[in-house]
Amino acid sequence: MKVRVSIDVMLKDGILDPQGKTVEQSLPSLGYDGVEGVRIGKHIEMVVEGDSIESVRAEVEEMTQRFLSNPVIEDAVVTIEGDLGE
Amino acid sequence: MKVGVVQFPGSLDDRDAAWAFDRLGADTELLWHDATDIGDVDAVVLPGGFSYGDYLRCGGIARFARIMEAVAEHAHAGGLVLGICNGFQILTEAGLVSGALVRNESASYVCAPVHLRVENNEIPHLRRATAGQVLRMPIKHGEGRYVADATTIKSMEERGQIVLRYCDADGTNGGNPNGSTDGIAGVCNEAGNVMGLMPHPEHAVDPAVGIRSSDGAILLGSIVDALAGAAR
Repeated sequence: MKVRVSIDVMLKDGILDPQGKTVEQSLPSLGYDGVEGVRIGKHIEMVVEGDSIESVRAEVEEMTQRFLSNPVIEDAVVTIEGDLGE
Repeated sequence: MKVGVVQFPGSLDDRDAAWAFDRLGADTELLWHDATDIGDVDAVVLPGGFSYGDYLRCGGIARFARIMEAVAEHAHAGGLVLGICNGFQILTEAGLVSGALVRNESASYVCAPVHLRVENNEIPHLRRATAGQVLRMPIKHGEGRYVADATTIKSMEERGQIVLRYCDADGTNGGNPNGSTDGIAGVCNEAGNVMGLMPHPEHAVDPAVGIRSSDGAILLGSIVDALAGAAR
């Protein structure tokens, strides 16, 4: 089976995100007041072949911890988006 | 007495690093990222640049280059390793030194001379320096803000693993160009044989060019001394 998977990678809460801060600071000049907590991360999508949703999830979790994210600075969430069938 | 400099796709300062070591009296060899071993080199340098276009994370792809297994083996066996700029980022990604390097606090790329205070001159890479000595070298990076959790920083401090800090010209705290935690510019592993730093010693060996400093030779020359000492 082929499974569509997405991974969202964000800097950990305690780590300053200068990109997010810059965007946040520019919003009031565009007329958007009262916005806070802007953080910018990465969204990764992929299609993974596997025997089951569980095995695909396990494999993507592993690659996320080893490679797609750096656990020292980032948190990552793996989402199974759907089964594409054969 | 040979220093190997690894060339990754996107490395920029590999030849400059080799040139600097050559000038300081070491034999040098350029090592290809896809090689399975490091040959007969006694020390390994991971140079600056933008390996793999800085895609995903700086150093995050290079750390899986084939040669990195041999580099890790060399490091675990006590061999000298120096990571400069992107090379430092690769060392953190590979877990050969603690912490990580993230986007500068200013969100800007910074290219400037900086002052560095030697916090630990007992590791092989800094023996030519005196404790507290102020060195002048250039930096050029967008992602050089050193971060690690508070427990890690505390334990590194206690073990003398924070070896260089950004400072003002007189050596007092300040001059932090990128928002690094505690002004950290360079660190080493627990054993003291693997060191990484964001500034570029290889671009400060000839006072006739660049920022007119030869302080980088203090660092690179220390490595040459260590290899010469080991060869005797």
